[in-house]
Amino acid sequence: MAIGLHKSDIKNPVMRWVDERLPVFTMMQKEYGTFPTPRNFNYFWNFGALAMINLMIMIATGIFLAMNYTPHTAYAFDSVERIMRDVNYGWLIRYVHMNGASMFFIVVYIHIFRGLYYGSYKAPRELLWMLGVTIFLLMMATAFMGYVLPWGQMSFWGATVITNLFSAFPVVGQHIVTLLWGGFSVDNPTLNRFFSLHYLLPFVIVGVVFLHVAALHITGSNNPLGVEPKGPQDTIPFHPYYTIKDTVGIIVYLMVFAFLVFFMPNYLGHPDNYIPANPLSTPAHIVPEWYFLPYYAILRAVPDKLGGVLLMFGSILVWFLLPWLDTSKVRSMKFRPIARIFLILWVFAFFVLMYCGAMPAEQPYVIISQFATAYYFAYFLIVLPALGKLERTPQLPESIARAVLGDRVMGGGPMPVGAAAKPMEKA
Amino acid sequence: MADTANAATGTKRDFLTLSATAFAAVGVGAIVWPFIHSMNPSRDVLALASTEVDLAPITAGMAVTVMWRGKPVFVRHRTPEEVTAARAVPMTDLKDPARDETRVQRPQWLVMVGVCTHLGCVPLGQKPTDQKGEYNGWFCPCHGSHYDTSGRIRKGPAPANLEVPTYTFMTDSKIRVG
Amino acid sequence: MKRYLKAFAVLAGLTAVAVPVAVYAAGEYDKPRDARFGFASLLGTFDRSSAQRGLQVYQEVCAACHGLRLLSFRNLLEIGLTEEQARAIAANVQVTDGPNDEGQMFERPGRLSDRFRRPFANEQAARAANNGAYPPDLSVMVKARKNGANYIYSLLTGYRDPPPGVTVGDGMNYNPYFAGRQIAMANVLNDDQLEFADGTRATADQMARDVVTFLAWASEPETEQRRRMGIRVLIFLAVGGVLAYMVKRKIWADLKTKPA
Repeated sequence: MAIGLHKSDIKNPVMRWVDERLPVFTMMQKEYGTFPTPRNFNYFWNFGALAMINLMIMIATGIFLAMNYTPHTAYAFDSVERIMRDVNYGWLIRYVHMNGASMFFIVVYIHIFRGLYYGSYKAPRELLWMLGVTIFLLMMATAFMGYVLPWGQMSFWGATVITNLFSAFPVVGQHIVTLLWGGFSVDNPTLNRFFSLHYLLPFVIVGVVFLHVAALHITGSNNPLGVEPKGPQDTIPFHPYYTIKDTVGIIVYLMVFAFLVFFMPNYLGHPDNYIPANPLSTPAHIVPEWYFLPYYAILRAVPDKLGGVLLMFGSILVWFLLPWLDTSKVRSMKFRPIARIFLILWVFAFFVLMYCGAMPAEQPYVIISQFATAYYFAYFLIVLPALGKLERTPQLPESIARAVLGDRVMGGGPMPVGAAAKPMEKA
Repeated sequence: MADTANAATGTKRDFLTLSATAFAAVGVGAIVWPFIHSMNPSRDVLALASTEVDLAPITAGMAVTVMWRGKPVFVRHRTPEEVTAARAVPMTDLKDPARDETRVQRPQWLVMVGVCTHLGCVPLGQKPTDQKGEYNGWFCPCHGSHYDTSGRIRKGPAPANLEVPTYTFMTDSKIRVG
Repeated sequence: MKRYLKAFAVLAGLTAVAVPVAVYAAGEYDKPRDARFGFASLLGTFDRSSAQRGLQVYQEVCAACHGLRLLSFRNLLEIGLTEEQARAIAANVQVTDGPNDEGQMFERPGRLSDRFRRPFANEQAARAANNGAYPPDLSVMVKARKNGANYIYSLLTGYRDPPPGVTVGDGMNYNPYFAGRQIAMANVLNDDQLEFADGTRATADQMARDVVTFLAWASEPETEQRRRMGIRVLIFLAVGGVLAYMVKRKIWADLKTKPA
């Protein structure tokens, strides 16, 4: 690109002046205005935008909570209750933040499922997918440390158990744990550093989200057919079509969110976290937040300490390899009748693990967890690599436009089997 | 916007878009307010907004400083000479004219927020050993403002007299500030 | 102490990972009875007179052992007490303040801005006075227990003689709603043990209901405001959602037949 002022198409003189020197308006117009987007998105494609909104809600509420929170073991619990009782709208901001974490995981889990079902991780979107997995790992770390901050019983014992995971590693394990704690138990130094990191990590997430979106805008979006757009007839400008469609999704999402916040704010939490932390007494039945339950079940399914820890970390890390484990040339599960069944089973196993994670570690939950864990990994390591070779898939539609609009509009020959039967997009 | 088939649908869409946009604007406003209001004083802070001061131990010519809303409040037991001096000043000499009678409820008791009206320092003059400035009242060491025995600004950069808080005499020897 | 804590934390980490089966099994107890509290419904509000009677029960029965440290006397205005009544309750309590100019701490009557008094200086003192048991603070008790309101109600009214064959530990009482079915706290509510200011008959059941209403409010004083706001927010979003969906339909209408 030549040095010199940018040639701007913006009419408004002030915006034009800025745009010539820093073409942010041109960029916005290109990436969110005219950006060519497949015309056949279904509502699953809302969830990226929802996750973005959710992240912004978490950061905004978090900043205002931090104005009133005290990261000290003697004051943390009471300072949170002071937010609930005395700070103007403090209860609202805290409950939005607290339930926002749950909403964030709901949204992101659906977003991930969308990727799994429609093969969004496949070439050329491998890096896009891996950045997404990185965001998810950062989210998990952030959520975990945030849950420690109110310094209730679950905060304390959650922190103790999760940091102790690292003690499973031979030789260095105990040193790592001591380092994480900044002492010989979870205590004030731990709380302080968790607060610092809990404030930092969301901004790291923002950075990785930026890369995630940048990568998305290089490859363009996948779509429910998994067939790349072949020309302008297959795409529509992002604005107004998807801005308004995202708006509809956002309002529905906000209604679910609002119902949780205003009518059952503690439903997804655990009552024990309203008991101040007590280092001398573990609650009878400790469980992580619901979004961590599947991994907790995997951890407990393995009778060996190190094995359990490795398998638990491996359950997420295996996602990084997914683009290469899935050998099928067909992206969308719409056209993979066998793989689709296995994926639905995998989702079922995920929920089974979530259920078992909430149950005490006794039979039959342990054996069920073991089977579910085995299938969880088998799906990635055996089923997907093998199916790519074995599965017979129907012929893919020729183009998105033909599949969406049918022959009447597009003219030409008969539709391929499997795609013509119904339009992909309801609205 | 995409092309419209005819003018009628165009109008309808414009109306719809307009009302939806207006709705969104109201929504954003409603979301922003709780955040802003959360930065206003919280209820526990407001509950501490009054302080009681026992006047009995303060002899004539002495002063105490008490904490009220996180700020010092000067309570001074003025001598008759100080009262006379404060009341003798012609209004024309004052930068922020105010009669001494309007600044006190009882002549001997002067109650003021001890914060310089310039940039918020605490003026000297409460302790007998303090520098009291050229008008025998208070002197702000930060930027050299002089206050008289009624706490009125006489010299220096401060624009206004020391503020008199709302206070009430609960008994002859006890006041409540705030 | 540090070594002990460290060992304990590591042990807790390991056992918590291997999960507290034994504790869970030992914690068998009955499901709380449903007391059908008015505030428990989706749009419910706190019965003010019940909450005020509950305050009286708390003061006359519970406060000897259980603190309510997160509550201030000014909060009592929210359950309908007048400022004078709240001031009088506050003034009945001696609060430690200071230091004064001589450097001494001193006692003074409570003000509206003061918190409720703690019955014991610290946990050790509380345990020493209660046969080793620690009467927990009640400020957030209703949200600190599963199905909190019904649980506390059931617990307070659930004391009975142990079934044949069950031996109750020394200084313990049989109560099927408590984890392990044995609780250090004795039955404290008996019919007509106090007289309510409003003339309501103080049956044990009535007192339990009232004190639970009071504690439910104390745990979540924002409840009523939260529910009211929730209705407004949901209506607003519903209308906005319909509008947005209509705009969406309009914008997308021409795409059905055109190749963009």
